[in-house]
Amino acid sequence: MSATLLYALTGCALFALGLGATVLVTEPLRRVLAFNVMGSGAFLVFVGLAQRAGVSDPVPQAMVLTGIVVAVAATALALALIRRLERDDDDAR
Amino acid sequence: MNVAVVFDGVLAAGLVWAAAGALLGRDRYRAVILFIVFGLLMTLAWVRLSAPDIALAEAAIGAGLTGALLLDALGGTTAATAGRARRWMVLPLAVTVAAVLAAVLRALPVRSGPLPDAVSAALPESGVTHPVTAVLLNFRGYDTLLEVAVLLAALLGVLGAVRHAEPVRLASAPVLQAAARVLVPLMMLAAGYLLWAGAHRPGGAFQAAAVLAAAAVLLALVGMISGWGRPSLRLRCAIAAGPLLFLAIAAPLAGRAALLVLPPQHAGLLILLIEAGLTLSLGFLLAGLFLALLRSDPVDTGKR
Repeated sequence: MSATLLYALTGCALFALGLGATVLVTEPLRRVLAFNVMGSGAFLVFVGLAQRAGVSDPVPQAMVLTGIVVAVAATALALALIRRLERDDDDAR
Repeated sequence: MNVAVVFDGVLAAGLVWAAAGALLGRDRYRAVILFIVFGLLMTLAWVRLSAPDIALAEAAIGAGLTGALLLDALGGTTAATAGRARRWMVLPLAVTVAAVLAAVLRALPVRSGPLPDAVSAALPESGVTHPVTAVLLNFRGYDTLLEVAVLLAALLGVLGAVRHAEPVRLASAPVLQAAARVLVPLMMLAAGYLLWAGAHRPGGAFQAAAVLAAAAVLLALVGMISGWGRPSLRLRCAIAAGPLLFLAIAAPLAGRAALLVLPPQHAGLLILLIEAGLTLSLGFLLAGLFLALLRSDPVDTGKR
């Protein structure tokens, strides 16, 4: 088994782990973590799969780079929404 | 046995361990720390996959900035209250998903697609010699343009959801401030280097912007700058400058065969201009994601 395939398979495991945790855990912050783990799994599958023949492929690398930046933006937005939700809950009490 | 094989095996196991600990452990603080460890292990995985550009971005953004955001959020959000009654339904689901994905992945034919060759063939006309930068800023420039738009939208969402009455400023920490006075100029120098290096080796606007954002996070944590309440007009102009410059370069090219095809004779200069603008604006944008969420009471563990 090549190293790239190993990382792609690890990506599958991480994706499934994140998916399971998204369903399992109801705490909002933990769900944000789970969403990020799913994303990292998808990135690993994407790059690992494209490079299985041993040739470095700049196209998936560039797209994963884009994905990481979008993921942090989505994380920040999610955290802002969580905080807003909890503040509104406090106000309602 | 080959050392590299052992290393890959341990790293893969470490990734799954850190992710499982971050998602399923009881303690929230430990979960966030393990998530940061996960980001750093991902950085190593990217190095092993010969993707140094992603490794730089993962270290600075995936582990660094996301970690800072999550640690800050620990004080602001309350702990879990709900139980884990559905555990036994979830386990078979996750195992099935992983098994099906792995089976599909192993069944696919092993050969590289046409894209690496297409990129190397077009590289001389791209204006840069580093293939990842060529893809990001030239061959798929519209991806990058839209990505910046997504970031802008996310920042607007964050600013809309979190309204501070007045900007938050953390307590001043004199010793750390002395360290920050040495580190921040070096970080700005490193950002400039990464921006320039992106044309011919791993680096570029995103990594440079991430370092700038990290400098801003550092300054906020030692109490030298305050968080964002309502960004001033000057700040908003700085954020908009990069995307607007990108659009201004893209607009005259709109009539050509495909979207955002840079003319080969000017491509190098145009890419440098776009990247310089993006570094500035993305630096403010990424820093803003943290600074808008900055809390005045980070040690409050949510017992309200």
